[in-house]
This record gives sequence, structure tokens and C-alpha cells, in this order.
Amino acid sequence: MWLESLFYQVRGHTILQDLNLEVQPGEILAVMGRSGSGKTTILRLIMGLIRPTSGKIWIDGEEISRRSEHELMPVRAKMGLVFQNAALFDSLTVAENVAFGLRERGQAEEEEISAEVGEKLALVGMEGTEELLPAELSGGMRKRVGVARALVMQPRIMLYDEPTAGLDPPTAASINELIVSLRDRLGVTTLVVSHDVHALAQVADRAAMLEEGKIVAAGSLSELSQSDVPGVKQFFLFWKGETGR
Amino acid sequence: MQIRFEVGDAAPLRNFAVQVGRLAEAALAFVGDVFSLGLEAVGFIARGGLRPRLLVQQMAVIGADSLLLCALILFFSGMVLGLNTAKELVSFGAGSYVGGMVVVTIVRELGPTLSGILVAARAGSAMAAETGSMVVTEQVDALRALAVSPVRYLVAPRLAASLIMLPLLTLIAEVFGTVGAYVVSLQAGVSPNQFLHSADVFLTGRDLFGGLGKTVVFGAIIALVGCRQGLRAAPGAVGVGRATTSAVVTSIVLILIADYFLSAAILLPVTPR
Repeated sequence: MWLESLFYQVRGHTILQDLNLEVQPGEILAVMGRSGSGKTTILRLIMGLIRPTSGKIWIDGEEISRRSEHELMPVRAKMGLVFQNAALFDSLTVAENVAFGLRERGQAEEEEISAEVGEKLALVGMEGTEELLPAELSGGMRKRVGVARALVMQPRIMLYDEPTAGLDPPTAASINELIVSLRDRLGVTTLVVSHDVHALAQVADRAAMLEEGKIVAAGSLSELSQSDVPGVKQFFLFWKGETGR
Repeated sequence: MQIRFEVGDAAPLRNFAVQVGRLAEAALAFVGDVFSLGLEAVGFIARGGLRPRLLVQQMAVIGADSLLLCALILFFSGMVLGLNTAKELVSFGAGSYVGGMVVVTIVRELGPTLSGILVAARAGSAMAAETGSMVVTEQVDALRALAVSPVRYLVAPRLAASLIMLPLLTLIAEVFGTVGAYVVSLQAGVSPNQFLHSADVFLTGRDLFGGLGKTVVFGAIIALVGCRQGLRAAPGAVGVGRATTSAVVTSIVLILIADYFLSAAILLPVTPR
């Protein structure tokens, strides 16, 4: 994945300016920044949900920034996005949510779909919840179902938007373990955006700091914590250097 | 004669022109959106992209769930129409024309427009509210992220269901409207034979199929306006509420405007029997 000189403006307000970011195959890259710094915007641009004002987005060797909605479909099929609030379909059960993409593509029989759904729910620790509705799940459970829904499409790239936001520490830790184990088991290239340094320390191979619409520092978390850039320094003020990796 | 024109005088006129310009721009954008949404949805329908389960669900919401209401409204509207028509015509000794006049009015106008307005209020608001809620909770973005077209999944089934169910709903409701008019006409002194005979003489296939044809257009208006307003909902509960209200009001206005032009196309030129 490569974002090249991205600019994104909306109603005269610049969200991203001259943003350059590269994610290597199989790595977990974390993008950190304050609330409202444009982290979610990066994910939405990569997914093609919004278009950049200028710049290029390369996914698996294809430049996608000017593609039509129809042309973006095969690109999106290679990616999975876990929304901050999971964005589950509230009128469908857990099983129907996870099976959704497979059913809509019509590429598998019902028995295969059921087997896939069961496998992915087990992978995220949500066996036995198939008949529940999203409203009956906790925040952490919804996120897990969101991960399963994205994974069932066998993406090569996974995007996570604040995966541990609003979760209690044990649940957040289990989500972080899941992100790492999915990369280790399935080899997916992963981009995680968050403002939670402690959580990112559990998952990231490499990190990039977003400030005023630009990447101002990049490297390992240890390197970033030693950075002299004032915004980066302040961000790492309370981090004691623990990692789970 | 000298006319003095000072810069300060131009401001209200300029402001008015700007407002008119903005309104025109918004109206054109709306029309463009609705047409483009309709074309895309029809494309999916034509290519067989509809899920039968979704279509049947929407047919139940639009048709079956609205039937009782439409039947009730048309029944009582038919009674009022029968009462007013019979009162005037019987007093002139023209009671034999009552059946024809009320049935033609119900089939040409009352049935299609009342059914359209009721379905716009009931199902059109639901479409806007459902799609709007999905937009503000990122479910529409989730559809796109899963490489599923929101037009295929949300709009096409609603459009197809509206095109199928509104004519059927109207036909059934018109029967109830006719029964209501018949009951009242009898009480006003019109004989059953007079009512039925004049209805048979006056009502033509053009009236019936023209009226049902209008409901196809009304159904398209309801589905496309409802979905368009929902998909454009501003964030939050207020945004969804506004989208819902706007969908109903806009649909009703467009139905009434379309009704005139469609009626003119069907009925003109007027020729003596």
C-alpha cells in the first residue's frame, strides 16, 4: 500500500496535506495522532469511500484514486475494514452479518458459507452468538464480529479504525492479540489507526505520527518515543516503553 | 427622465437572485440525483441483480402492510364522493349518471393519487428513515467496503417492489372505494341497476389502465425520492428526521404534479362520446 502526496480538503478545510505513507506486505503499521487529526480519513481514502483532492493511492500495484465506484469493487474485495463502531447491519443476526459478503457475491453454497462463518466466529472468540442481533452485543463483541465479517472475505489487507477505543483493558488486549495473530496466521498486511499508544505498542511493527495532516515522524515505537518533534514528544509523554512484541 | 440607481439598491435584488439561483441549483442536483439513482437501480433490476428475499420483504412493507389503510381511506373517500355526487345529480333527476361519475373519478384520480400519497407517507418515510439510519451509522459505508453496491442492495428492491405493488394496491383499494360510493348512492335514491349500468357505460379500459399506469410512475417517485433523501441524510437523528420529512413532502408534491401531466397525456384531447 502506498499513499503518494495525498491532499484532502473538505469545505475549504485541509485535513491531509502532502501525506506520504507506505505499508510493506505483511507488516502491521500503526498511524497515530490526536483526535481529529485525519486518521480515519486515511482509511476511508484507502478504501475509496472518499476521493482525495489530489495525490495517488496505490493498492497492490494499482492506482485507485480516480476510479469509479464500480471500478473500486474488485479493489475493495481485496481489503477488509473494521470500523470504529463496527458498523454491523443492525437488522441482521451475527451469522447473517458475517455471511453477508459471501452471500452477496454468490460464490459459495450455503453449507460452505455456514462453515466459513462458524470458523471465523471461532477465530475471533464469538462461537455461540450466531443468532444474536448486534444490539444484544457489547462494544467489544461487536468489534470482534466486525473483524470476522471482514476476514470471511479473505482480504489481503486489513484496516482497523481505533480497534480498542472505548474497550476495557482486558477486552482491548484480546483485540490486540487478535490483530497480531491474524497477521501471523494469515499474513495480511495491516494498517491500524489509533491515538492509544499503549494499545499500538502491543501490535505495531512500525508506526507513523500524523500531525496537521502530515506524517511528521515514522519508525519503531521506541524510535518515535525518542523523537524531538514537539507533537510526537508530547504524544509519548506517558508511555514507559512497554511493548507486547 | 433620469433614473438614479445607487449601489445600495441592488443588494436585495442581488440577494433574491442568489437565493433563486441556489434553489434552482439544488432542484437540478435533486433531479439529477434521482434520475441517476433510478437508472442505476433499473440497470441492476434488468441484469437480474435483485435478491428475491429482499424484494419480497419490500413488497410486504409497501403492499401488504399498506393494504388495510388504503382500503379504509378509499372506502370512506368513496362514500364522501358518492354522497356529494348523488346529492347534486339526484336533485337534477340525473341519478342514473352517479355510478359512472364516481367510478370514473375513483379509477382515474382518487384511487391512484390517494394510494400514492398514503404509500408515500407510510412506506416512503420508512425507506428514507431506514436508509438514512444506515448512512449515519456507517452501515452504507460498510456495504461499500464489502464491495456491495448500496443501490443494488437498498434501492433496487424498493424500486421494484413499489412498481409491482402500487398498481395492485390501488386496484384493490379502488374496489373498496367503489363499494363505499355504491352503498351511499343507494341510500341517496340511486338504484343498484342505475349505478352499475352507468359505471359500465362510463368506465373505459383507458380509464382503468391509465390510472394504474400513473401508479407505476408514483411508485417510482416514492422509492427513488425516499431512498435518495435517506442516502443524503445529514449526520445524527436530526438529519435522519429531516430526510424522512423531506422524502414524504417531496414525494407527495411530485405525485400531485405528475398526476396533472399524466392525466393530461391520458385524457387529452377531449372527444365527444
